[in-house]
Amino acid sequence: MAYKNYCLVCAGTGCHANTGEEIYQELVKKARDLGVEKDVQVVKTGCFGFCEKGPIVKILPEEAFYVHVKPSDAEELIKEHIIKGRMVNRLLYKEDDKKTDTQGKIDDIKFYQKQLRIVLRNCGFINPEDIEEYIGREGYQALAKALTDMTPDQIVEEIKKSGLRGRGGAGFPTWMKWNFSKQSSSDVKYVVCNADEGDPGAYMDRSTIEGDPHSIIEAMTIAAKAIGASQGFVYIRAEYQLAVQRLEIATKQAREYGVLGKDIFGTGFDFDLEIRLGAGAFVCGEETALLASIEGERGIPKPRPPFPAVKGLWGKPTVINNVETYACVPMIILKGGEWFASIGTEKSKGTKVFALTGKIKNSGLVEVPMGTTLRDIIFAIGGGIKDGKKFKAVQTGGPSGGVLTTEKLDTPIDFDNLVAAGSMMGSGGMIVMDEEDCIVDIVRFYLDFSVDESCGKCSPCRIGGRKILNILDKIAEGKGEMDDIKKIKEISEAMKRSSLCALGQTTPNPALSLINFFYDELLAHIQDKKCPAGKCKNLLSFSIVRNTCIGCGLCAKKCPVNAITAEDCEPLPGKKKPPFVIDGKKCIKCGECIAACKFKSVVKL
Amino acid sequence: MAITCKIDGIDVCVADGTSILNAAKEVGLKIPALCYHPDLDAWAACGICVVKMKGSPKLIRACAVPVENGKEYITRDAELVDARKAVLQLILSNHPNDCLLCGRSGNCELQTMAADFGIREQPFAENFEPLERDESTTSLVLNPEKCIKCGRCVLVCQKLQGVYALEFIGRGEKTRLAPAADVKLADSPCIKCGQCSAHCPVGAIYEKDETAKVFEALTNSEKHCVVQIAPAVRVALGEAFGLESGELLTGKMYAALRRLGFDKVFDTNFAADLTIMEEGTEFIHRFTQAPQELPLITSCCPAWVDYMEKYANDLIPNFSTCKSPQQMEGAMIKTYYAQKAGIDPKNIVVVSVMPCTAKKFEVQANDDMSSVLKGVQDVDIAITTRELARMIKQAGIDILSLKEEEVDPLLGTYTGAGTIFGVTGGVMEAALRTAVAKITGKELGKVELDAPRGMDGVKSAELDVGGKKVRIGVAHGMVNIEKVLNEVRAAKKAGKELPYHFIEVMACRGGCIGGGGQPHGATDEVRAKRTAGMYKDDEISKIRCSHNNPEILAAYKDFLVEPNSHKSHELLHRKYNKRPVYNK
Amino acid sequence: MSKLTLADLKKIRDEKNKEMTRRDADKEIQVVVGMGTCGIASGAKETFSAFIDELDKSHVNDVVVKQTGCMGFCSVEPTVRVIAPEMPDTIYNKVSAEVARRIVKEHIIGRKLVDDHVFDHPSRDILTQ
Repeated sequence: MAYKNYCLVCAGTGCHANTGEEIYQELVKKARDLGVEKDVQVVKTGCFGFCEKGPIVKILPEEAFYVHVKPSDAEELIKEHIIKGRMVNRLLYKEDDKKTDTQGKIDDIKFYQKQLRIVLRNCGFINPEDIEEYIGREGYQALAKALTDMTPDQIVEEIKKSGLRGRGGAGFPTWMKWNFSKQSSSDVKYVVCNADEGDPGAYMDRSTIEGDPHSIIEAMTIAAKAIGASQGFVYIRAEYQLAVQRLEIATKQAREYGVLGKDIFGTGFDFDLEIRLGAGAFVCGEETALLASIEGERGIPKPRPPFPAVKGLWGKPTVINNVETYACVPMIILKGGEWFASIGTEKSKGTKVFALTGKIKNSGLVEVPMGTTLRDIIFAIGGGIKDGKKFKAVQTGGPSGGVLTTEKLDTPIDFDNLVAAGSMMGSGGMIVMDEEDCIVDIVRFYLDFSVDESCGKCSPCRIGGRKILNILDKIAEGKGEMDDIKKIKEISEAMKRSSLCALGQTTPNPALSLINFFYDELLAHIQDKKCPAGKCKNLLSFSIVRNTCIGCGLCAKKCPVNAITAEDCEPLPGKKKPPFVIDGKKCIKCGECIAACKFKSVVKL
Repeated sequence: MAITCKIDGIDVCVADGTSILNAAKEVGLKIPALCYHPDLDAWAACGICVVKMKGSPKLIRACAVPVENGKEYITRDAELVDARKAVLQLILSNHPNDCLLCGRSGNCELQTMAADFGIREQPFAENFEPLERDESTTSLVLNPEKCIKCGRCVLVCQKLQGVYALEFIGRGEKTRLAPAADVKLADSPCIKCGQCSAHCPVGAIYEKDETAKVFEALTNSEKHCVVQIAPAVRVALGEAFGLESGELLTGKMYAALRRLGFDKVFDTNFAADLTIMEEGTEFIHRFTQAPQELPLITSCCPAWVDYMEKYANDLIPNFSTCKSPQQMEGAMIKTYYAQKAGIDPKNIVVVSVMPCTAKKFEVQANDDMSSVLKGVQDVDIAITTRELARMIKQAGIDILSLKEEEVDPLLGTYTGAGTIFGVTGGVMEAALRTAVAKITGKELGKVELDAPRGMDGVKSAELDVGGKKVRIGVAHGMVNIEKVLNEVRAAKKAGKELPYHFIEVMACRGGCIGGGGQPHGATDEVRAKRTAGMYKDDEISKIRCSHNNPEILAAYKDFLVEPNSHKSHELLHRKYNKRPVYNK
Repeated sequence: MSKLTLADLKKIRDEKNKEMTRRDADKEIQVVVGMGTCGIASGAKETFSAFIDELDKSHVNDVVVKQTGCMGFCSVEPTVRVIAPEMPDTIYNKVSAEVARRIVKEHIIGRKLVDDHVFDHPSRDILTQ
């Protein structure tokens, strides 16, 4: 027989350090002492996020969410909640600005769950390879509605009402694209899905297709109805093997079930789509480059206007949206644009999926309403920084974005706020950095990426990115000059103004973030020739603290270049052997010695 | 539909689709640009031509963005000048600055722009990868290190010529100009037309310079140096000396060549007349007696022959077996002239001056090009108009002040029909002048034909020749030929009547006047002037039809016997070979 | 498969929805393994096989083991969701083959949650709101 209650104790590292284990033991003991061990199972769980509110205890099936629980609270929890069935109000989680019902109604205490899943609504529920499971969760109902009950104008109107903006980066209103295409007269029109996800650290599009491929097919078909297209393309990078495979299965099933192909639902409407594999060039995420690639040309951007919505694939009006944007569409049609618009901020509606990576405890995909603060995402959902380190900054918007510091943590995230804060939404990558990350180093990484991924067509981007990177390399090597900052600005300005596409226009953004938000750290590199985070090897020196070294020589054994030797002297007082010393000329700063020393005698300076 | 907008405060009314750059031209504004070329669709690579549109926060590319109704554009202000300068400095920081050692020094578009923008310093650290030159062909040199990735050559090669020999290899900063598939140019589909070199704004693609060889031959007292000049050279050479395009420089050119030390100055135009005799006869034969061998396709253009051997070799049987005028002239010099003058052909060096880089390839294309002496080319050295201009300058000859001189007789006198070989439709027109006269037995009253003339990529017409319908097709700009050939193929396959009986092909836009070896800066405007020069040369010619050229008649009487004779076939005709598009 | 009519679509929706959400009324248990790229990279295929194998060995019937997309917990993959009558709808993390066998023995047969592997739900389901 199952238990009446399940008592979940967060034993993630954060909470664990905060006596999670002790609480667990105490709860088990009290349940036994009070004779309810058959009624409640106490279980240690992974991190719930919310570590700063830890230790956290959650009791099922009521989903009571208790925070800041102390071992001494165990008895009360068992007595009140388990035995008497009354929630312990003083420990219940309360949203800072909202009052929690003292009765602890489930709905009220449930909103600690900061996530709201529209795009990822089916991930974790359905088998992506079974169309019937998708249908079981309202799948293709939106299409049925769009094909039978709605005119193209009404579809566009519903999208307009929803306030949906493109999730690929710039946040262009989706309905406008659809409307331009709808209004362009042409016998042939196309619907394209941009699944050429390329930002480092962003993989929500891959996950969406892997977990819910039919939602993309359904949305594209709805878009096709809206603009009057009968052919679609999904442009997806070839290395997304699983996504491609699931999409192939899904299109096949959709055709078999007649929700794709000729005469869908007997309405006379035809739409089919083809999957086109991209070779993984970042620039092919740029829409004109993507279309060129589908056409079989080199994936190189073209000047806009004309915009693809008017003159796109093979010169025909083409709606092109990314995966996440499409994934929102069926829900908008089904639940109404107003429902979608009720979520989010004034100018950015709905939710956004972020890929949390870097020095964060709960790395993974999160979907939150627009307007959620960075703090909530990083600390409440992401569980904060790994290994008890300090938060330093978060990079958003991929290589085109910027780096945001502590001051920006309480900014409600939406398209416009992120731009105002000096970054951008991009596709939703969020790379969290801790105090040991050097910002010069990180910016070099992004510049290196952009330089590598520049298509090479237009000179500001092709040449400018490399110039900035060279200057940053120079700074990291300790050869920086104050004039370099001016040069970075000049080149950045030239790239922003004169590059043909967004890749070139945004390549300097991380470097500008560095100058604008991390000026002190930059100056430390240039003037003091120091890397405060201890990352830039040329600005570091390794040395052994003489009076704590016991002369064991473990560091010397590990040193790959024999840079460490015993000092030619008598052992220091109280030591049996002479201390060791590092030859700075030989040292390659690999850090093996630091890892090897049990006495923390090797230090970076 | 007309579009009205304002550019720098001036009202402009242009056709829908006109770019900002071209609209600005209408009101006397020349927006600086490096990659844009009027022959090509805007590629928008360089980033120099940025302008502002009122109400738009971003700078836009004037070359590629069409003007919009009612919009206001700003093409010059402090910010734009600064933006252009910054991009220019970035480009310069990636470009070798050994201008003095560069073939384009003095007429390099990048150098000119740097001067115009008053660039006095280089704020950005210079870096560029050393890249190997490709000197694998006898026609062209690729120096990718100098390339600024403007894209003109690639677009010309792919979109205007349909050859796809050039491509950008690599991506981002590693992007470099190279033959497609990164093979050597000689192994690539390249047809050596040289349009890439004619369009290159800098010194990244240029003709292989053979002037030293010519000087050497001229200095060698044991060698008898004979020169021939192609039709289109005379209307473009003047450009290198500051004259207007299209100015006829025939007499002064003869004089300059004599000053350079040539022992005989002949004219390829003579051989053009000879070609008409041979090819005209060939056509009349096929048209009247062997219609299954129609259409007859011209073979004067070596780039076209190269293309055909690779891309259209199914039509080899339809090709005229006539050599090009350059090769006919060479063969005649080393036989007919050599005999008349009593000179051992071994000691004759034939130099040809051509508007064309493919001619350098043609002189040694196959054994038929060494028809006089085994292993010795009928034409020893082919130089381009650009090289001749340099030679004249190097020799310190003030060509403009020279008195006009006459060509040497025997292989120099030409007719108006011979000279129009230099322009698209000219071979067709010249051939028809003779063919009509031969078929009808009557001389034409008006020799000018309108149908083959003009700049349309494909021109076709049906002519009445002595009661018979002759359908002609004329294509120029290599990309246009495929359409014509496909019509022929389709008709043949379907067993239908041929769409054409006679097809003229020239690889370069406008014909040889727009050749890849002509002075830089050809646009349709320049081509029109050169074309006018060619037609003027025709008009002022006393004789307008090849079959009336007295030297031609003499050559047949004294030497060749008759058109398509055995001797003609030995010296003036050739074979073709199927060749792979890529050499392995 | 003949093409769906609107009525067919509704019928499939209703049947499938009932099947996917049935709890106490039905004895059927569902094991849903997260098999996105991240799950598979962390060994979800082995986890999947272990479930099949262990259920087989234990002679437990009426359990459906199926795959789903990534639930978002990429740092603690493989993740598995277990829906069983009278038990909380549970998400487990770091489900190695060994943990999978424990889930069969403890959760499915023993009706106890598996200690140390329970994870929180990412959010509420918007479709049942």
